[in-house]
Amino acid sequence: MSQKDVGRGFSRRRLIQGTAAMGLLVGFDSIMPAFARGRLDNSNVYHTVRDGADIYDMTIARTPLTIGSRVSSQPITINGTLPAPLVRLKQGREAIMRVTNRMDEPTSIHWHGVLLPFQMDGVPGVSFPGIKPGETFEYRFPVKQHGTYWYHSHSGFQEQLGHYGPIIIDPVEPEPVAYDREYVVVLSDWTFDAPGDVFRNLKVAEGYYNYNQRTVGDFFKDVENMGWGAAWSKADMWGKMRMSPRDILDVTGSEYTYLMNGSPSATNWTGLFRPGEKIRLRFINASAMTFFDVRIPGLPMTVISADGQPVRPVETDEFRIGVAETYDVIVEPTDIAHTVFAQSQDRSGFVRGTLASRQGLEAPVPPMYPRTERGMAAMGMGAMDMKGGMKMGSGMDTAHGQMKMNGHGAKMTKMDAPSDKVSLSAVPTAGLPISHGPDNHGPGAAMVASKPQSRLDDPGVGFETVDHRVLTYAQLQSIDGWPDKRPAERDVELHLTGNMERYMWSFDGKKFSEVDGPVKFYHGERLRLILVNDSMMDHPIHLHGMWMELETGAGEYRPRKHTISLKPGERVSALITVDAPGDWAFHCHLLYHMEAGMFRVVSVV
Amino acid sequence: MMNRIKRVTGISLFTLIAGGASAAGTGVQAEPDWTLPVHDDEVFGQVLFDRLEYQRDGNDEIALWDAQAWLGKDRKRLWIETEGETDLSTESGEIENFDVQYSYRLDAFWDIQTGLGAQSTFGPSPNEERYSAIIGLQGLAPYWFEVDTNLRVTDDGDVSYDLEAEYDWLLTQRLVLQGRGETLVAFSDVEEWGVGTGINNIGLGLRLRYQFSREFAPYIGVSYTRYLGNTKDLREREGEDIESSSFVAGVRWWF
Repeated sequence: MSQKDVGRGFSRRRLIQGTAAMGLLVGFDSIMPAFARGRLDNSNVYHTVRDGADIYDMTIARTPLTIGSRVSSQPITINGTLPAPLVRLKQGREAIMRVTNRMDEPTSIHWHGVLLPFQMDGVPGVSFPGIKPGETFEYRFPVKQHGTYWYHSHSGFQEQLGHYGPIIIDPVEPEPVAYDREYVVVLSDWTFDAPGDVFRNLKVAEGYYNYNQRTVGDFFKDVENMGWGAAWSKADMWGKMRMSPRDILDVTGSEYTYLMNGSPSATNWTGLFRPGEKIRLRFINASAMTFFDVRIPGLPMTVISADGQPVRPVETDEFRIGVAETYDVIVEPTDIAHTVFAQSQDRSGFVRGTLASRQGLEAPVPPMYPRTERGMAAMGMGAMDMKGGMKMGSGMDTAHGQMKMNGHGAKMTKMDAPSDKVSLSAVPTAGLPISHGPDNHGPGAAMVASKPQSRLDDPGVGFETVDHRVLTYAQLQSIDGWPDKRPAERDVELHLTGNMERYMWSFDGKKFSEVDGPVKFYHGERLRLILVNDSMMDHPIHLHGMWMELETGAGEYRPRKHTISLKPGERVSALITVDAPGDWAFHCHLLYHMEAGMFRVVSVV
Repeated sequence: MMNRIKRVTGISLFTLIAGGASAAGTGVQAEPDWTLPVHDDEVFGQVLFDRLEYQRDGNDEIALWDAQAWLGKDRKRLWIETEGETDLSTESGEIENFDVQYSYRLDAFWDIQTGLGAQSTFGPSPNEERYSAIIGLQGLAPYWFEVDTNLRVTDDGDVSYDLEAEYDWLLTQRLVLQGRGETLVAFSDVEEWGVGTGINNIGLGLRLRYQFSREFAPYIGVSYTRYLGNTKDLREREGEDIESSSFVAGVRWWF
């Protein structure tokens, strides 16, 4: 503990010197929050402690800023910075957040991943009316947990414009993790266009931002690689479905400037260290729409927590971070400088920063991985061998086999699901038959997964050429398990649906405006949430107010998350202890998917 | 006219929005005066000039338009389509159709459309017009064919069916070769409109466009039309071409 303090104190002095010089040169001192300059402590003007409560004063305003080399009047800042400043809280204390709206539109702050009374959750229309222009809203909640979280606007498209910042909650009991220094790494996507225009482009012109669509040349490449027959049957399958295997991110690097702690690649966000130190990096994906693949070439990373919750340390070389997820990793630099490289999932752009032993150092920036396309698994029809030229619907995969073994009709009740004896089977939902309702979710769903798979041990699309370790959900294990050992009493199943033609996104084919009531959870119950991705996109699904214990096959050591990313054609399940009365938002954390209707209210009654 | 459209749209929008609000799935704790957490039921619109082009067949020069505009929400839209051409030397031409339709998303990929259409000729010679009731389908067929097909009944009771399909081959991310086919089938002779019973014509086109942006794409191409059956005979009698091959240049543009 004391060693850590010394290390931090030392680095702070050096950093202040370093950044003062940098500020003079580049002049972005005022843009960068203190945490991006390495100051992660709580000694700032907007934080005070009184009567055992951490009090923050936060002012939300529009502030013209230079991003890269362009000036924009769009940024929404908190206390003047983008990202918003670090909120550092202490487990066991109370948090009082006084948020003042200096904009001419209503706003809000949602404390993402923090368990609190629902009135403090900050979702306009669900937990409170929002914060009107000129108004100050006081959030007040006891801080029960610890870890890395973040906060952001839950109003309209404000989150796209910089209204997001990191939260660190320090534990009461020291964590069993040693490190000398820590940095927060906030990844985000920035647009110089009005987010409303971006949304409109998505609504009226499918694939507007996708400049990696399949061309005639790609077909002939397939012919070269797999022969006429297989190339044709591949084109046939996708063509029949009217789906594109290249539809990976809706908004791409053609529109976005990717940021690391508010800095684009050219500005090169730098985290300083002393040789020999262990560094804790707290990665937060605060993007509106971008899944990032993160690596530090040449440096293994030990993942110690996911979504703020400690996990058994697992060493990896790269991880994919879904929108709204967080990962804490420990790294031990071996060189004087290392590039922190975050490329967008579709390889349309990247942002890099540097861990350096002194200011101004850079390490080589690796090329992005080759662009790729989704495989058959994305169709949710099971693992199919394309070369074998199988037809749609012919199932030789394991799920189908198990389905036969179960010997049930399609009406197999969900209560029959094997409950908590997880260590035997991979995941409890494996092989269960699937139903999409009488109309296959209607016009809101352009496809359904006829045989959704568990893809928890699959790092996802885009790592085909990679020969190092990539983190998967299957590798995440909690340290001691979670207090509620009950098996699930009830299943709630929701399907992730979409229709790109109209950019309609929904659950069970129904947009938020089309449902006539909330999803009901019952206070005190233990339930299993089953999610099926009936779409061709990855979706980070976020439940407010309660943890989701992701059933990875790790038995009671399942990790718990606030945001679960589902790959196309995937089915996952999570156990939830319903202990938080009130109304909670439940939604896809891709901002434009949410605004297009992929949103529900969960009422705990 | 414009005012009336605005008022009608305004009223229908109000009804739709109000309907949406009462059905909102906000939780049990939400107060009625709170905003909605997401706004997924908004009105959008688009104007698309699919073809705004110049055609040349020997000495014949024609300007042609093929445009559509829509306004509405995800499932229900007001849809206007128009297509026509004018002979640049005689300055006479025809509005082949000006259709105002209600469009409803029936299925993930298909809209059913129904409404009224007008057709008229213009220029120095005596002009004619006729009106029709339309029902049709528009959408995306398997294998990515953009399809628009309509059944029309005119005020004289003449029935016809038309079908248009387009297919885009991406040569690069910005260079697109579009194939286009269209045909018209009539169920009665309508001589004053040059329509004979049966398949009237088959039109084929190939257009190579460069997408400077998604919105703006100039193109060049070729277009071929052949008249068939009774329609062909009718045209022969009138001394009109029964076949035409044109060079075309134009722009695809939307906003």
